[in-house]
Amino acid sequence: MVLSVIALVSALGVVLSKNPVTSVLCLIVTFFTIAGHYIMLNAQFLAVVHIIVYAGAIMVLFLYVMMLMNLNAELEPQKRNWLKYAGAISGGALLVVLVAALRDASMPAIGTEANEIGLIKNLGQMLFTQYVVPFEVSSILFLSAMVGAVVIGKKD
Amino acid sequence: MPVQYYIFLSIALFCIGVMGVLMRRNAIIIFMCIELMLNAVNLLLVAFSKMWADAGKVDAGSAQLFVFFIMVVAAAEVAVGLAIITMVYRNTHSVDINILNRLKN
Repeated sequence: MVLSVIALVSALGVVLSKNPVTSVLCLIVTFFTIAGHYIMLNAQFLAVVHIIVYAGAIMVLFLYVMMLMNLNAELEPQKRNWLKYAGAISGGALLVVLVAALRDASMPAIGTEANEIGLIKNLGQMLFTQYVVPFEVSSILFLSAMVGAVVIGKKD
Repeated sequence: MPVQYYIFLSIALFCIGVMGVLMRRNAIIIFMCIELMLNAVNLLLVAFSKMWADAGKVDAGSAQLFVFFIMVVAAAEVAVGLAIITMVYRNTHSVDINILNRLKN
């Protein structure tokens, strides 16, 4: 419960803060709370991978790009106000529609007992037997993304 | 604990991400909001995985592997996207998306 509240507040902080660096820090807090949820849902391996990949790699990349661009001093120029309200209203309308559609759905409850399914032994066995082809495809995807990032980013 | 709790949390995070994409015009913040939406979906998948594992399905770990692949794709996407944003900044000295409304020049 506390984790969810922290997650929502820091997610709002990402959207509403004026300074981009504050947004990045709020996003890191959000990712840590999501990792806490993963641990509560018996997905220990995913929680660790989530912290390493997101908080460790992706957010550092964001901060690095932000410092490279020196965006701290530059304030975001003020958008026309009605566009901002339109964005907020349409996001809120989406929230209302989805919550109203799912409020009365009957779903099974989540138990609190631990299970073994999120441990690295089971997931690794599954990954390397049943899902070995997607695994190899994702390695090719990574290679192409790496080449693409270098080609795009190099000075022309 | 009903699974609706997690569904509503994921919906709220996703809608905050949508709002951020619509409201902000800093390209990097829009990118971060996209990450937020991906994470909302990941959280929902993990919650459903736990739900099916409690219901006795042996195959419920597939959802967690799916989350794993989503993380892989998100990492690749961030690498390429930040390279693009860096190049845009180098050419225009701004990351404001409103001046990017034409692809030429």
